[in-house]
Amino acid sequence: MKFEYDIEGGNFSRAGFASSEVKKKLRQLNVDIQIVRRIVVALYEAEVNVVAHAWYGKMTVDIDEEKILLILDDEGPGIEDIDLAMKEGFSTASPEVREMGFGAGMGLPNIKKNVDTLKITSEPGKGTRVEMITYMKGGKNEKS
Amino acid sequence: MKNPDFHHALKILRDVCTGCTHCMNICPTEAIRVRNGKAELIGNRCVDCGFCFRVCPVNAIIVEQDDFNRIFEYKIRVALVPAVFAGQFPDNISSRQIHSELMELGFTHIYEVEQGVEVLHEAISEYAARKSEIKPLISSFCPAIVRLIQVKFPALVDNILPLKPPLDISALYVTRQLIDEGYDGDDLGIFYVTPCAAKIAAVKSPVGERQSPITGVINMDFLFNKVYRRIKQGNGDSCKLPEVRSLTARSVLWSLTNGESTHAKGRSLAVDEIHNVISFLEQLENEEIRDIDFLELRACDESCAGGVLTTSNRFFTVERLKKRASKSAGEDDNTKPVEKGIIHYKNRLKQEISIEPVQPRSMLKLDEDMSEAMRKMKRVQEIGKCLPDVDCGACGSPGCQSFAEDIVQGYSNLNQCVFVQRIFEKKGILSAEESLAIMKEVWGDDKLDKNC
Repeated sequence: MKFEYDIEGGNFSRAGFASSEVKKKLRQLNVDIQIVRRIVVALYEAEVNVVAHAWYGKMTVDIDEEKILLILDDEGPGIEDIDLAMKEGFSTASPEVREMGFGAGMGLPNIKKNVDTLKITSEPGKGTRVEMITYMKGGKNEKS
Repeated sequence: MKNPDFHHALKILRDVCTGCTHCMNICPTEAIRVRNGKAELIGNRCVDCGFCFRVCPVNAIIVEQDDFNRIFEYKIRVALVPAVFAGQFPDNISSRQIHSELMELGFTHIYEVEQGVEVLHEAISEYAARKSEIKPLISSFCPAIVRLIQVKFPALVDNILPLKPPLDISALYVTRQLIDEGYDGDDLGIFYVTPCAAKIAAVKSPVGERQSPITGVINMDFLFNKVYRRIKQGNGDSCKLPEVRSLTARSVLWSLTNGESTHAKGRSLAVDEIHNVISFLEQLENEEIRDIDFLELRACDESCAGGVLTTSNRFFTVERLKKRASKSAGEDDNTKPVEKGIIHYKNRLKQEISIEPVQPRSMLKLDEDMSEAMRKMKRVQEIGKCLPDVDCGACGSPGCQSFAEDIVQGYSNLNQCVFVQRIFEKKGILSAEESLAIMKEVWGDDKLDKNC
């Protein structure tokens, strides 16, 4: 099953809406509550990244019985150095954004922690694509 | 479903109900549907918050209580009264006068629920220090909130403090103390005067406890009427006053908003009113909200002062309790006989203060089996495309989304939607007579046999 949600860049009051919608769907599908919790944490981080940095974004969620594939595609400034962005504490957020409680610079590492695979591709000046997969069985959720 | 039946204090009187949908629309867990012109409760979803009771324009929803005369089955008849009860009365009526009237009505002992607060407060601090990795700890005080988390936020059940609320602690204390005084346990009847429906459900089917230490429950509005009438009629002049029991300022305010959070260590927050709580928990579950150590969540606006069974304006109740607390704060806590009494039992009570971990019982899944749930979800999506998205409730479900889910679960039919009926009539699939017959099934004959 596939679901798509639009994400508006710069509108923090709507940040989290798409993640909450996905949460409802996963619960209705009787996905394990711990898996749901982890996915939603990762999705919310990714959603806020789009809101904070990009102009426009799209969240696609594809669920089958084995795995959940989450893709966030955005049109935005892109990431110059992905390895650097993955580092804990690294942040490009402005002081205003930090004041709202966002942009503490732990976004990407926190996403990585909560999903089974994470792939980021980016073209500076054009946009970023974040792909995440979580497995229903045998993933991080069962190991921890 | 393997869930056992849950006791609900809220009952819908079918004969009185007019099927107006007010209750269905306000229910925070979408636990009400209209069938045959009457509101019906879905037991697994209801958390006993009592908002339906509040909005019902014809008093068709009642909070079922124990028969008052049941108290006389016991030799020792204890009234366990929360501080908000005295807060219901006008300023010029003292709590000694109120308690005296309760004795006149037949109780032999009056205890205040909040005397268990100091023991609980100590236990919370110890638990929080031991389990510093759980963030935030969510108070177990409000039973409607505990049930709400079980059904709607299953991932958060482990955050609920596994400690008994003051009511249960006080009931245990009263039992122990009276037995130690030489009374026979079988002669003791402990009756709680409740400001809400959720507390009744908590006594009748407790979460995390096998059996409640409370014998019966009496609704606060019922007892208020009885006591206030006696005072008004001046019957109270010759009342023998029982022993004065006083509480610490913290205990007096515990059941009000910020009553607990003010005393929690670290960063703490209080949220009241169930719809506010739901949107807050939504954000907490997404980890949009972080770094909070303690959360006090209450289903009613102004917490217990706004309980559905209270009579007085809740803001005045809060004012009265605050006045009482500031008076109490000016006194030496060592002179408080109640607090001193319960201190002797502190160690014993603390051994019994834990409850078993609260279990999730999610109501949200479309099916236990994931592939079946996916199939149902696809159906819901398809049906959703036919629906008008106006959430009018004329189908008997609270909105188009839940209507689509009800159809897929076999509880409803697509042709119950008034918009779909018009579309079907236009296409010649349905006649006007058939549409009318369908609406009669949902709404009963009265609403459709009118001479317009």
